[in-house]
Amino acid sequence: MPKIFVDVVVKYTKEGSKIPLAVIWENGKNYSVDKVFDITRAASLKAGGQGMRYRCRISGKETCLWLEDDKWFMEA
Amino acid sequence: MERVILHSDLNNFYASVECLYNPQLRDKPVAVCGSQSARHGIVLAKNYIAKAYGVKTAEVIWQAKTKCPGLICVSPNYSRYLKFSRMATEIYRCYTDLVEPFGIDECWLDISGSARLFGGGEKMAVEIKEKIKAELGITASVGVSYNKIFAKLGSDIKKPDAVTAINRDDFKKKIWPLPAKDLLYAGRSTSKKLERVGICTIGAIAEASPVFLSNLLGKWGETLWSFANGYDTTPVSHFSNEAIVKGIGNSLTAPRDLVCDDDAKTLLYVLSESVGERLRRHNLKCRTVQISIRGDDLLSRERQGKLARFTYVSSEIAEKAYEIFRGSWNWSGNIRLLGVRATDLVTADTYRQLSLFSEGRHIKRESLDKSIDAIRSRFGHYSVQRALLLKKNAINANPIEENIIYPVSYFKGPL
Repeated sequence: MPKIFVDVVVKYTKEGSKIPLAVIWENGKNYSVDKVFDITRAASLKAGGQGMRYRCRISGKETCLWLEDDKWFMEA
Repeated sequence: MERVILHSDLNNFYASVECLYNPQLRDKPVAVCGSQSARHGIVLAKNYIAKAYGVKTAEVIWQAKTKCPGLICVSPNYSRYLKFSRMATEIYRCYTDLVEPFGIDECWLDISGSARLFGGGEKMAVEIKEKIKAELGITASVGVSYNKIFAKLGSDIKKPDAVTAINRDDFKKKIWPLPAKDLLYAGRSTSKKLERVGICTIGAIAEASPVFLSNLLGKWGETLWSFANGYDTTPVSHFSNEAIVKGIGNSLTAPRDLVCDDDAKTLLYVLSESVGERLRRHNLKCRTVQISIRGDDLLSRERQGKLARFTYVSSEIAEKAYEIFRGSWNWSGNIRLLGVRATDLVTADTYRQLSLFSEGRHIKRESLDKSIDAIRSRFGHYSVQRALLLKKNAINANPIEENIIYPVSYFKGPL
């Protein structure tokens, strides 16, 4: 399955936005989110899903995190 | 000023959403089908691969599988489709407030005011379809024209993921060779009548005399003639306008055939409760009750009767529906589907003729229904029920929650 749901540590700001701080991978390892570049609504054709896409740098690597109906997923 | 109208059609909508969520299905023939166990087992939508095998919408599943043995049937997920439809509307609303939905997957947009701002109708159409593809992951085909009818025909010409513009200079070349049945409101029986007099294309309708068409088809003749010539001036209604409601109805294919009066009575009460609740929600009362019956011969019959007073009380609608039923069905066969419909509507708080004798009872029933609505909105539909429905649990249902996508008419007009 190319769609991987992950646990995410999230900061809820007082304006109501959600900012991912760290991703906890399946093996329990913690990867910090260094920077969020942009947030936009987008579909993921590869993983099969749709939601808010957070383009970010996680542990030095640029990648995307999706928030779909209160669940976070990544493309494998 | 020349109007600029877009018609956006989300391609194979249900099937596209299912394929988005299940990437492994994308290159296989897929059909979204109703539940077979509840006997709603027909094809609701299919993808292009299934279409190539000749699978048709509204076909029964076994028929579709005979044509396409590898067909993958998936169950519908209406709440997800409604969500996608809402998100598509949000995208349209970035460009204009004149957005008129036509079913769940089609919309007209009047962009006359903003087209210049975005570089013209065609450019905007491309931008909108690209945005839908990126944000929702499904494709749309968009027609651009100066009236709603040609815009709709345009969106059908090239599919999927395409834009087709039709203007005053080239509509005869692009629209007129199309078959007459492609025109909105030229249904099966109308096209047959037209074919009989040698009219097979939209161009032939346009070139026929409107008087001749009126004699042939009644008032629709002239309407079709004006559609075919591009004379339609129906406005795209404002986003916030609701359609004028002419009738409220629900029908249900029973999970098993109905075999006796008691079965029918149960289902009529289920349907009448839903109709009554929807009337009260829209602050309407009805004077006429219509029922439709489909037997196991698959033929439909409709009967109607007038009520003594305007009402939105579920039990009064149900009693009338059952009375009509008793007078029109002699159990020559079992029943597959029943429908109840309330028509002859007025706003609930208009003045009305009071009855000298039974007014008190009627008022009590009204307040009882309102209390039941309040309980159900807090604790759920099944929190309070009629004893009658508890007896036949298999037939019981909540049509309001289970049938949320209603067909619409082109001629609804703004309020």
